[in-house]
Amino acid sequence: MPQTNRENGVSPARLAPADVQANFSDLHPAYDEHEALVAADRCYFCHDAPCMTACPTSIDIPLFIRQIATGTPEAAARTILNQNILGGMCARVCPTETLCEEVCVREVAEGKPVEIGRLQRYATDTLIAKGVHPFVRAPETGKRIAVVGAGPSGLACAHRLAMLGHTVVVFEARAKGGGLNEFGIAAYKSTNDFAQKELDWLLAIGGIEVRYDQALGQAISLDSLQGDFDAVFLGMGLSAVNALRLDGEDKTNVSDAVDFIADLRQASDLTTLPVGRRVVVIGGGMTAIDAGVQAKLLGAEDVTIVYRRGQEAMAASKFEQDLAQQKGVTLICNATPVGIAGNGSLTAVTFAYTETRDGKLVTLDETFTLPADQLFKAIGQKLGDTPDALVLDGGKITVNDAQKTNLANVWAGGDCASGGDDLTVTAVAEGRDAAMDIHATLMGAS
Amino acid sequence: MADLTSNFLGISSPNPFWLASAPPTDKEYNVRRAFEAGWGGVVWKTLGAEGPPIVNVNGPRYGAIHGADRRLLGLNNIELITDRPLEVNLEEMTRVKKDYPDHALIASVMVPCEEDEWKRIIPRIAETGCDGFELNFGCPHGMAERGMGSAVGQVPEYIEMVTRWCKEATDLPVIVKLTPNITNILMPAQAAKDGGADAVSLINTINSITSVNLDLMSPEPMIDGKGTHGGYCGPAVKPIALNMVAEIARNPGTHGLPISGIGGITTWRDAAEFMALGAGNVQVCTAAMTYGFKVVQEMISGLSQWMDEQGYTSIDEIVGRAVPNVTDWQYLNLNHVTKARIDQEACIKCGRCYAACEDTSHQAISMSDDRVFDVKDDECVACNLCVNVCPVEGCITMETIAPGAMDERTGKVVEREYANWTTHPNNPSATAAE
Ligand SMILES: Cc1cc2nc3c(=O)[nH]c(=O)nc-3n(C[C@H](O)[C@H](O)[C@H](O)COP(=O)(O)OP(=O)(O)OC[C@H]3O[C@@H](n4cnc5c(N)ncnc54)[C@H](O)[C@@H]3O)c2cc1C
Ligand SMILES: Cc1cc2nc3c(=O)[nH]c(=O)nc-3n(C[C@H](O)[C@H](O)[C@H](O)COP(=O)(O)O)c2cc1C
Ligand code: SF4
Ligand code: SF4
Ligand code: SF4
Repeated sequence: MPQTNRENGVSPARLAPADVQANFSDLHPAYDEHEALVAADRCYFCHDAPCMTACPTSIDIPLFIRQIATGTPEAAARTILNQNILGGMCARVCPTETLCEEVCVREVAEGKPVEIGRLQRYATDTLIAKGVHPFVRAPETGKRIAVVGAGPSGLACAHRLAMLGHTVVVFEARAKGGGLNEFGIAAYKSTNDFAQKELDWLLAIGGIEVRYDQALGQAISLDSLQGDFDAVFLGMGLSAVNALRLDGEDKTNVSDAVDFIADLRQASDLTTLPVGRRVVVIGGGMTAIDAGVQAKLLGAEDVTIVYRRGQEAMAASKFEQDLAQQKGVTLICNATPVGIAGNGSLTAVTFAYTETRDGKLVTLDETFTLPADQLFKAIGQKLGDTPDALVLDGGKITVNDAQKTNLANVWAGGDCASGGDDLTVTAVAEGRDAAMDIHATLMGAS
Repeated sequence: MADLTSNFLGISSPNPFWLASAPPTDKEYNVRRAFEAGWGGVVWKTLGAEGPPIVNVNGPRYGAIHGADRRLLGLNNIELITDRPLEVNLEEMTRVKKDYPDHALIASVMVPCEEDEWKRIIPRIAETGCDGFELNFGCPHGMAERGMGSAVGQVPEYIEMVTRWCKEATDLPVIVKLTPNITNILMPAQAAKDGGADAVSLINTINSITSVNLDLMSPEPMIDGKGTHGGYCGPAVKPIALNMVAEIARNPGTHGLPISGIGGITTWRDAAEFMALGAGNVQVCTAAMTYGFKVVQEMISGLSQWMDEQGYTSIDEIVGRAVPNVTDWQYLNLNHVTKARIDQEACIKCGRCYAACEDTSHQAISMSDDRVFDVKDDECVACNLCVNVCPVEGCITMETIAPGAMDERTGKVVEREYANWTTHPNNPSATAAE
């Protein structure tokens, strides 16, 4: 990677525009037609396919791959979208290596799975590129449902409800929809403004109104939604972050990784985005990896991710860890931050080594110090303020198997709700399932 | 190293791989390069009568069937015999034969079904120094409508008659090329033999439509919105050709008649299979048209490696070796009982055997919650479907139940003695086995 700017501190344009552009190109480039046919031919059309069971949205994978193989990617896309309306985004961001592809019989047998994610992308891209919205709404039911949050869970819920004939109003705190698809996912996974294109395509079904700058707890209240609508779905994700609780956290150039990523995703010109020469990221999840890798791709000279437990405990998948290392990011495990140094601006971070004893993490006396001019905290997101009446469980809204909360006619799904991994695909599954239960509840009652 | 030298009808060639009469053998330029690349012989592209040359279509003349990675599995053509003047072909053949005396050069011929036409052209072609003739009674398109090609090949009396004319016109070996577009290959083969043919070669191409253009509603290849049936060849036709070769080789009336095996031969193994079923040599067209002349090098090295491994020293030792084991269904041993066996180590748990057996066979495979697949011996009829659909080679095999052991499905002890349908109690016309 050609380094053009070695200035200390945090500064923009560390790399030439062409290099930045190349660095942020598609992580898994789209298949062309022939590649897709060859990849599809590898699928065995398994009976009761393990891949399908592993997909949180239960997409009929063997069927859609066979539809690709027979030259009908549009039909394949319908198979996918029937189960997962954000099948296009999921094809780009799903950690397939820990989901469908992990259990693909060809992964188990040969260590080389059918590339389900890329095939899914081929199918959905083909249909979306044609501008086709493949679903039509059932006749109006007269029911009105409020959805809070225009992230994956909210959108999946809204779409399914609209399809079933209900009228949906989505209340979104931000000025833009898509949730973390738009503000969180790594830029090289969702290129060319795909999140907004997919959002527009999804809304083409009709029956969904999105109201922006409408935060629950500020512009609107749960009480009023419960009064004005037949049902409410909460899909507001995790809008707060965990604090490090360390002196020096307020120094300049110490910030939350999610904010850095959101800025990056919204930047119209990535060379204007400042980044440190030496960057330290604290955390072990997908956010830490994404922040570290993207800092490196912007031109940071040294990027080190420091995680307090052992590598095997990292929430980021092996694939993500390997990606970080390939891009030149250093991973240090078993170390926890104990000091942040700097006179106004950050200059170094000190860590103490850790050890796990009898299942408990113990901080050791031995320390080391990393010079740093930028520090990102990626130690977890958490639920923002929620209406008091909701029962929580481990910091998330408690829901039952049908995504129903403790409150009458209130459902929740996605990252804000209990159960399931914090993944786009899980959020979609939960939003869809909530919609089905809302539908059953409202229509059964009438 | 095994000696691949071939001596077919007294015509010697460095190996048994000949190029079949088709575009690869259409001209001197190609044939010279084919010999240089290693081909043992060629059957020159079919010559027609003197006069204005044949006219081919000017739109596409080939259609194809592909596998997923565009592997060409079957090819179809609507090409006619040579479209170059007879004189030019004869001059070129003469020159080539002179420069390659050790390679086989056979003239393929097709003229109208009249005695003097055949008797005039055969001696004339013989002047080229060619090693023999192949009578093309096979082409299923274009020429048949003019009373040639398969129009002759489908009428045994014509085959016999034309063959006899040719034998009267030359001392050189005459091979009759058979069309597969008939119900019983033995009839034309017998007719060729009766007419005095030195050998038969088969198969020529099979009447076919490879695909339909669903936008324009026309068969492919499409010419100005219309298509016609063409001749099918390539890997897809091999099983049909193998059966026809075997039938001629094992039928008492035609047994011993030399055969030049043709149809889908793509690798050394295909060639070895044809020869095991009675072909004295083989001819290849589509494989060369798909991969170029160089493919023969794999055929040569593969065949000689296999022969060395098996201890065969000459081609004669393989020819016809499998023929005694080709039999009729009624003579198969009904006391030979096998059961499918799944190698759990090799199994990748795709469940295809289960779906196949459960939905379409004998419900003889069980599936556990953790995807372990097992054969139920009391249901397995040994149909082999699971073996065929399993994506892992060698994962499911057929185990022979030893005589004296119980066949769980029938509840009977497996008998040691061979017994077939002809003596089976359920056979109304069974002959008592005493
Ligand atoms: C940096 C990062 C990278 C990630 N990478 C991946 C990945 O590669 N693959 C993957 O599968 N998952 C990834 N995830 C996780 C994934 O993005 C989430 O699981 C998913 O977006 C959850 O969807 P959601 O609808 O529950 O919430 P969100 O996507 O968070 O959407 C919630 C929406 O609600 C809005 N909102 C919040 N509060 C309010 C309020 N009070 N009133 C109204 N609206 C509100 C928000 O503005 C937002 O639009 C990543 C997460 C992060 C942070
Ligand atoms: C384009 C084409 C043209 C052919 N022309 C002739 C021909 O002129 N004379 C002939 O006897 N066979 C002809 N054949 C048939 C081949 O010689 C051969 O019998 C047939 O293709 C089967 O062999 P293969 O599967 O190796 O191709 C032709 C085949 C093709 C593909
Ligand atoms: S497990 Fe793999 S091979 Fe089997 S159906 Fe799924 S993708 Fe295809
Ligand atoms: S051999 Fe046939 S019957 Fe026996 S298990 Fe296999 S598919 Fe079933
Ligand atoms: S088809 Fe073969 S690999 Fe698949 S489950 Fe059956 S035995 Fe196993």
